[in-house]
Amino acid sequence: MGRSIKKGPYVDHNLEEKITKMNAEGGRKSVVKTWSRRSTIIPEFVGHTFAVHNGNKFIPVYVTEYMVGHKLGEFAPTRNFRGHGGDKKK
Amino acid sequence: MARIAGIDLPKNKRGEIGLTYIFGIGRSTARYILDKSNIDVNKKVSEWNDDEQAAIRNIINGEFKVEGQLRSEVQMNIKRLMDIACYRGLRHRKGLPLRGQRTRTNSRTRKGKRKTVAGKKKAPKK
Repeated sequence: MGRSIKKGPYVDHNLEEKITKMNAEGGRKSVVKTWSRRSTIIPEFVGHTFAVHNGNKFIPVYVTEYMVGHKLGEFAPTRNFRGHGGDKKK
Repeated sequence: MARIAGIDLPKNKRGEIGLTYIFGIGRSTARYILDKSNIDVNKKVSEWNDDEQAAIRNIINGEFKVEGQLRSEVQMNIKRLMDIACYRGLRHRKGLPLRGQRTRTNSRTRKGKRKTVAGKKKAPKK
């Protein structure tokens, strides 16, 4: 079930503040380190690069306009499956 | 023979059912179309006259996306997910379920026929 439209998209407050500040200053280049995987990508984020934490390290995510509406966490996979088998050699 | 949206509809079915042979039209959409063009839902496809067929075609062309167009839209949506490399896109690439279902067992619809892995033995008894 989706989130109520009445509430609007959820974005962590500190992250939103940081981006609006950066947009106001025009400085687009620096990477924003964040743990806030739960934040929705809003149009203001487009063009920024986020370093999204995946529980282990930070994954760089360059936000394009197609990503608007998704969450930051969707772009930083938390699991790394390398495949089964091949481990029973003796 | 009624040909609508590039599909031959089955002659001997009721209109409500016959329309569902078009990709993108299910029972409720079929009912809506027939209601709007004042055709009884129980009327067989073969009993539609040319005016009625034209009315149905008009509604479908005007209000719904069906068949090829709809299929390509679905494909485009999937492609978008894969291109932006989000979680759902990655699952599409791997052919695994997207919505958090278990994959230890089941999910055969997405994964296809069972592929037995050679050399994988059952746990030995101790």
